[in-house]
Amino acid sequence: MTVAEVDPAVQDDDREVEELERVGAGSLAKRVLGVAVLGAALFSVSLASLAVGAKPIPLGSVIDAFLAYDPTDTDHLIVRELRLPRTIIGLIVGAALAVSGAVMQAVTRNPLAGPGLLGVNAGASFAVVLALWAFDINTTLGLVWFAFIGAGITSVVVYALGSIGRGGATPVRLALAGAALSALLFSLTRAVTLLDRATLDQFRFWAVGSLAGRDADIAGQLAPFIIVGLVVAVALSRPLNSLALGDDAARGLGVRVGLTRVVSGLAIVLLCGASVAAAGPIGFVGLVIPHAVRVWFGPDQRWLVVACGLAGPTLLLFCDVIGRIIARPGEVQVGIMTAAIGGPAFVILVRRLRVIRL
Amino acid sequence: MTATAPRPTATPERPEALPLRGRVVRTRRISTRVDVRSALVCIVLAVAIVGVGSWSIMVGDFPIAIGDVWRTIIGRGTDDSEFIVGTLRLPRVLTGILVGAALGMSGAVFQSLARNPLGSPDIVGFDSGAALGAVTMIVVVGGSSWEVAIGAVLGGIVTAILVYIFAYKQGLSAARLVLVGIGIGFATAAAVDYMITRADITDVQRAAVWLTGSLNGRGWEHVRTVGFALVVLAPLVIVAQRRLDRLELGDDTASALGVRVNSTKLMLVLVAVGLAALSVAAAGPIGFVAFVSGPIARRLTRSPGAAVVPAAFVGALVVVSADLVARRVLAPTELPVGVATAVMGAPYLIWLLTRSARAGSL
Repeated sequence: MTVAEVDPAVQDDDREVEELERVGAGSLAKRVLGVAVLGAALFSVSLASLAVGAKPIPLGSVIDAFLAYDPTDTDHLIVRELRLPRTIIGLIVGAALAVSGAVMQAVTRNPLAGPGLLGVNAGASFAVVLALWAFDINTTLGLVWFAFIGAGITSVVVYALGSIGRGGATPVRLALAGAALSALLFSLTRAVTLLDRATLDQFRFWAVGSLAGRDADIAGQLAPFIIVGLVVAVALSRPLNSLALGDDAARGLGVRVGLTRVVSGLAIVLLCGASVAAAGPIGFVGLVIPHAVRVWFGPDQRWLVVACGLAGPTLLLFCDVIGRIIARPGEVQVGIMTAAIGGPAFVILVRRLRVIRL
Repeated sequence: MTATAPRPTATPERPEALPLRGRVVRTRRISTRVDVRSALVCIVLAVAIVGVGSWSIMVGDFPIAIGDVWRTIIGRGTDDSEFIVGTLRLPRVLTGILVGAALGMSGAVFQSLARNPLGSPDIVGFDSGAALGAVTMIVVVGGSSWEVAIGAVLGGIVTAILVYIFAYKQGLSAARLVLVGIGIGFATAAAVDYMITRADITDVQRAAVWLTGSLNGRGWEHVRTVGFALVVLAPLVIVAQRRLDRLELGDDTASALGVRVNSTKLMLVLVAVGLAALSVAAAGPIGFVAFVSGPIARRLTRSPGAAVVPAAFVGALVVVSADLVARRVLAPTELPVGVATAVMGAPYLIWLLTRSARAGSL
């Protein structure tokens, strides 16, 4: 961590060092408190996500829907059949996006890296456009697998491109290869949508990212991928902490650098591939939540992964609930809401608190 | 180790970069250091630009022989070729060259300032702000193409100023600038998405073409706009090149070397935003040029710092070639140039990446 901060405030650097020490070592209580607060917030927004919508349902009925389920009660049906799958998808997608962002930023050592950087969003978008245009598939469940396969293939190609040549997959090469291939696929996507108006009309709704209209099937099929990805991400936090010191230092600490990068790539593909398949490309959560969380929890990857796993779904569900309220009886897609609410909030956070750099 | 990419100046694998490169040219009054390799790269790129540009003027629904193209340009063409070359194709090609140069230069400056190869005019929220301005004009106002251009420039500049204000706190740290830019960029992008999902599909299509970046129907007024920007702003960047290189060493080192860090950064951000602004006004946000030009130029020149001038040449070549491809690949349907820039630039960057000898160098 360099302390080379801004010019006119050398004393600023000292404060920053103090801050880092405070955040770094003796603040277990602070971090535990943070996890507790995030956990409570996640629980509340999950309840809200079950209760709020075009038809508001009192909390009592929501709880009854689980404890004393009555299939003839419309409220119970709405909660169990519509809002529960939606909430579950919000939970797993939010966790997957934020955690994969944390892994991606750690492995590339680049603060601009988000889940999209490995080409996941571009690959999924291109596959979805092909599905809409060439194969006339437009059910949500049909698009899911196209998105997932597109995301998977692209990230493997990005990784391969980043690894060719002397020196293997360095962070800079991965980042450049990912950005280059993403741009390539996005422009092919754009070419198709410009040539075919009907495809553009359908694609614009997929492309903003939404949790609406996802049923339990989708949640059931994609959850295993995300759970495996989350477990791998947690297991990776120690080697990634060492990798933050640089490749050579990490090697000196006994980390197998190449292996760590490959496994990280695998976790990112599972997490982002499944989440973009479930909810479309939601860029904000994966890029920004790790930064926001780092402000409170410091740069330790172990805490970061846990906190991202809680903060990601909290933000996603919160924004989804707000999106259902502000445009009643219609709704604003969650991809729009996360960026519209989260963007300004993130700016305030960055301004008020010290930015903990990678 | 900040969050930035490894700096070539600091990598031990490149001992040859440590001594000063190039030759010193002296006249009676001034002496300056000229980097031979960079100069050669620029000359080769310039030849390629002229070649591709002439080719682009030759082909189309009404093909014109290369001899006629040059005769027309020096003012001895027939009436037909005068109209097609002078009114339709030459201004389009020139706009492409100038826009590419402006974007390439702007991107190289931002990448260097942010010390991050993923840096782009979007770091200060410029592109997303411009998109918001333009899409508002198209969807809400239904404005003409000039109104759209003005909306884009205003939106971009207002957003960039906002980002700068929010990021400024006892000086300007690159990390904070980048993060604030991300936050505001997402918020403006959300507003664009909202309009795109709510608008009529005809407007959406128009917005999609604008957001892709297009050179269709560009005339001499566009050449003048971007040309003016380059004539005024490019020299400022070239003069500041050495200070930019020092800033790459870190703020503290740079100020120890006599660079006034904050005012230099502010000046460079303003100039780079200005370059991006006028090119966006002329041709929409042509994607990828700003991103790809810097790394390609650095690799071609093996420059240890930001290769600002070579980046401008690379950008021009990418845009001109991409426009040629976009016009001809599905002829007679003409695709917007922005569709093809990544197709032209990405494979080349990837190829450079795979064969670049020095691991970890930018």
